[in-house]
Amino acid sequence: MLNTLLPILLFAALGLAVLGALRRVRMWRRGRPSKVDLIGGLLAMPRRYLVDLHHVVERDKYMSKTHVATAGGFVLSAALAILVHGFGLQSKILGYALLVATVIMFSGAIFVFKRRLNPPSRLSKGPWMRLPKSLLVFAASFFIATLPVAGILPANTGGWVMVGILGLGVLWGVSELFFGMTWGGPMKHAFAGALHLAWHRRAERFGGGRSTGLKPLDLEDPNAPLGVEKPVDFTWNQLLGFDACVQCGKCEAMCPAFAAGQPLNPKKLIQDMVIGLAGGSDANFAGSPYPGKPIGEHSGNPHQPIVNGLVDAETLWSCTTCRACVEECPMMIEHVDAIVDMRRHLTLEKGATPNKGAEVLDNLIATDNPGGFAPGGRMNWAADLNLQLMSEVKSTEVLFWVGDGAFDMRNQRTLRSFVKVLKASGVDFAVLGLEERDSGDVARRLGDEATFQQLAKRNIQTLAKYKFQRIVTCDPHSFHVLKNEYGALGGEYQVQHHSTYIAELIAARKLNLGQHKGGSVTYHDPCYLGRYNGEYEAPREVLKALGIEVREMERSGFRSRCCGGGGGAPITDIPGKQRIPDMRMDDIRETQAELVAVGCPQCTAMLEGVVEPRPQIKDLAELVADVLIEEETPAAPKSPTVKREPAEVH
Amino acid sequence: MSTKVISLVSIGAHPSSGRARRAEQDARAVELGLQLAGDNLQVVHAGDPREEALRAYLGMGLDHLDVLEQPAGADVLGVLGDYLRDAGAQLVLTGSQAETGEGSGMLPFLLAEKLGWPLVVGLAEVESIENGTAQVLQALPRGQRRRLKVRLPLLATVDNAAPKPRQSAFGPARRGLLAARNVAIVEDELLAEAELQPARPRPKRLKVIKAKSGADRMKAATAKASGGGGKVLKDVSPQDGAEAILKLLVEEGVLR
Repeated sequence: MLNTLLPILLFAALGLAVLGALRRVRMWRRGRPSKVDLIGGLLAMPRRYLVDLHHVVERDKYMSKTHVATAGGFVLSAALAILVHGFGLQSKILGYALLVATVIMFSGAIFVFKRRLNPPSRLSKGPWMRLPKSLLVFAASFFIATLPVAGILPANTGGWVMVGILGLGVLWGVSELFFGMTWGGPMKHAFAGALHLAWHRRAERFGGGRSTGLKPLDLEDPNAPLGVEKPVDFTWNQLLGFDACVQCGKCEAMCPAFAAGQPLNPKKLIQDMVIGLAGGSDANFAGSPYPGKPIGEHSGNPHQPIVNGLVDAETLWSCTTCRACVEECPMMIEHVDAIVDMRRHLTLEKGATPNKGAEVLDNLIATDNPGGFAPGGRMNWAADLNLQLMSEVKSTEVLFWVGDGAFDMRNQRTLRSFVKVLKASGVDFAVLGLEERDSGDVARRLGDEATFQQLAKRNIQTLAKYKFQRIVTCDPHSFHVLKNEYGALGGEYQVQHHSTYIAELIAARKLNLGQHKGGSVTYHDPCYLGRYNGEYEAPREVLKALGIEVREMERSGFRSRCCGGGGGAPITDIPGKQRIPDMRMDDIRETQAELVAVGCPQCTAMLEGVVEPRPQIKDLAELVADVLIEEETPAAPKSPTVKREPAEVH
Repeated sequence: MSTKVISLVSIGAHPSSGRARRAEQDARAVELGLQLAGDNLQVVHAGDPREEALRAYLGMGLDHLDVLEQPAGADVLGVLGDYLRDAGAQLVLTGSQAETGEGSGMLPFLLAEKLGWPLVVGLAEVESIENGTAQVLQALPRGQRRRLKVRLPLLATVDNAAPKPRQSAFGPARRGLLAARNVAIVEDELLAEAELQPARPRPKRLKVIKAKSGADRMKAATAKASGGGGKVLKDVSPQDGAEAILKLLVEEGVLR
């Protein structure tokens, strides 16, 4: 009896799965075209899944092992079940193999079940609570149904009752695992995830590569859309990527904006995009809401504008673009790309950059710096340093990219320290001086691609006039943009963060350094240096060379928490329950360090904005300059001090 | 209500870089116009239609901007007056003073005189327009507002008391049309003959702080900046009035 029932169930479920898959593919294809190597991607997929993805999943050992057993067992069981029960190849060997596969799957599913007994808040509930039971039922049903095939039990054991129970079990199992896979059940992640890996928009990320620069908009074509207004404005493989989400909430757990109570939850955002691509409301979302925004009030469809229907604008503006979500995502979904795409529409089409956004963008257009300072004051910080200008020397070894921190009095201390270090090392360096403009980082993250490209093109033009071996900068944002985002506009340079360069100088014994004398030190990884560019070691090497043993924070390295200063977040300033830099300062306080070393003007500003008492904040360049043992220089003649009465001026 | 609203705009200059941009006050005139007339707002510039900075006004959501083509240094008064009269303008909004060119702030006055229309300076808000009369709020110093009823057509200048201009977006700025119109060119004779010299900043009365305590300082800082020694002259002959003013100017050292 089972011999007729099982093939019907199996093939019906498979047939429905194929229909569902076609329907889902049609939904993705509503998106805009994207250049992807379709065949090559599919061929590369197994390796991407087994190697690249595994590296990410392996960070959570429990889940990694569980998944290997469950998914591996399932794939094996499904294939063998189709052979054995579908096509009726009732060989003993296949039967035993199927038994082993179902046992593996069952043992994996037990751990899935165990984790679901008391799930952390980041996990979605709803249908996901059903999944471990479905897995157990699938594995158990096929195990029992296969016992006769392996000859362990006589055929027709249990009679009709058994057939009924097994029939129901298999029906439940294949509904969830075959049919549910393409019709939007929890198992959708396997189907969409596999294809997402094959046709990922950043194929460079696989095989140990890194791809973090935003993709440029085509501004030459007046008909090309400026960012994403409706779900169909995403490229098709972005839509596919949203569908790959397993709702594990690793992103939610790492998102600084979510932790600060700002209305953003990366997981919910991706799920909202799924609602956008399929149509519907978020009433059935079974995870944490955007803080302060109840579930069930938003809905959308592929052709309806996303903002203020499906997602509120402030959700998009809460993101600091710290990339913690992308780093954590086991499905390699690109949250930041999606957010910036939607911001582009708001800024470029709607003129709706919130709070100080419009003012900052106007300043960038009119003065090449976000503060609106007179461009002629860009080099005031170095008035007494006699720096070489590129316009005079034309060619140099190191081009020191100063950045907009030149206008900020706090950051000027960092800049001057770094100049001191450069001078002590005797290296040949020069600056662009008044020819330098904002790198375009803030404009781009605020969605103003036009201003970014304008600034970038002018900077590229300026840089093209001169000869230099490398660019060194104290600003990880400029570093990232120059290194990873100017390339698409025709500017390829060797760019280094000052920590990397100082580490090189130290290794080459070009700096005569003493030992750090202050108290204990921790180090805060800037997002745009760490996660964006993978530089975790050089800053620590520099600190080590100063005789500092870094007291690491729990969230450090690739798991470092953002200071709250990226992505224009301090400019759009979306209110939350607490401030991100305060949370980060709590992380720092936990190490009981007296000083936190930083390597970014944004981080410095954000962390110094935390009220005292708190640890001191010093840039790496300052720490190095402090212990620099300079060769004997003639003591500067003491200028006679003239005492002046303070004048009151009104 | 369909009142023909026209905003006049000029090319601005950023105060610290001098780079061309939308003029701050003119942008406010456009903003106020958009709030009143929406898509029916007409925006006009007299000057060079190839000036890219004009696109910043288009970026506020206009589909086109009329440009009365004029060379630099031309007298745009007649051209603008004719245009406004022909267009049947009921309410004309403009900034108080241009950021580039002469920037004398005289244009609204001369234009109102030429057209024979009333002029409201420092328009902060248009409350209602009914039966050919507008009820408006005029901004006075220190946040005060004066409610005025003015018959249309009306010319009004806006300053920083008017609503902040909306952000200029790249998309509409790129799509919008700068519609050049050929108009007569009148040379500005005064400008051709006269000698230009930069304006001197108006002398500021020095505030002598005598206060000893913080409370006194606060009082001094928030008190109205009045001389206190003023005199109200009523029912005096023009001759006596003029003499009193002259005397004051000499006392204050404005005239020597």
